[in-house]
Amino acid sequence: MTPLLVAAGALAGAPLRLLATRLAVRAGRDPALGTLAVNVAGSALLGVLLGLGSVPAEAVALVGTGFCGTLTTFSTFGADVVRMVEERAVGRAVGQVAATLVLGLGVAAAGYLLVR
Amino acid sequence: MAYLLAALGGALGALARWGVAEALPSQDGGWPWATLLVNLTGCLLIGVLTGVLANRSPEPAWARPFLGVGVLGGYTTYSAFAVEVVVLADAGALPAALGYVLASVLGGVLAVAAGVRAVRRGSP
Repeated sequence: MTPLLVAAGALAGAPLRLLATRLAVRAGRDPALGTLAVNVAGSALLGVLLGLGSVPAEAVALVGTGFCGTLTTFSTFGADVVRMVEERAVGRAVGQVAATLVLGLGVAAAGYLLVR
Repeated sequence: MAYLLAALGGALGALARWGVAEALPSQDGGWPWATLLVNLTGCLLIGVLTGVLANRSPEPAWARPFLGVGVLGGYTTYSAFAVEVVVLADAGALPAALGYVLASVLGGVLAVAAGVRAVRRGSP
């Protein structure tokens, strides 16, 4: 049952992440802005979910491991940063790391600690 | 089509991530080995994918949405990383939290670069 819930959440999370990067490109921005947006949104949602504490294991599998885990990504974040460095846009690479850490960890902490 | 490929790949990647977490359970407030492992290996693999696709012109249309966005995007995760950092810090393990951030971010970026470079070295 758990793997099915994880897969179901992932089926929604991955295309939503693709949509976010495409919206960033359509707005004339770097796709990394879309990656930043989903990483921050998913971190906030998972923070709230796990901060609640008494959430059923099925909900954690579906919404946490499946949806939030797949909506967010570390590999594309890393690849975006390396691409920016190779384009000699070191300032943007540092900005992407800083924004992802400050905003992502900030909202995860806010979500986790505020609902507890 | 790209969205369908991303969804299917994402489900496969998420199942692999779940499998790793089942195999490497971490104790509450313990060092998150499973997430670190999927994130570092996923970064290495997306570097390899980037390097391989750079040598392919035109690149197969399914490769990036299915393998990059889907499988590797779903296999790695930022949200679990973020909440694990918060849980470590909240438990008073600030050095561990900081070390986990450094290992993930520095390790992840270096792993992507290593993957790209490994393919470049092997190609003409």
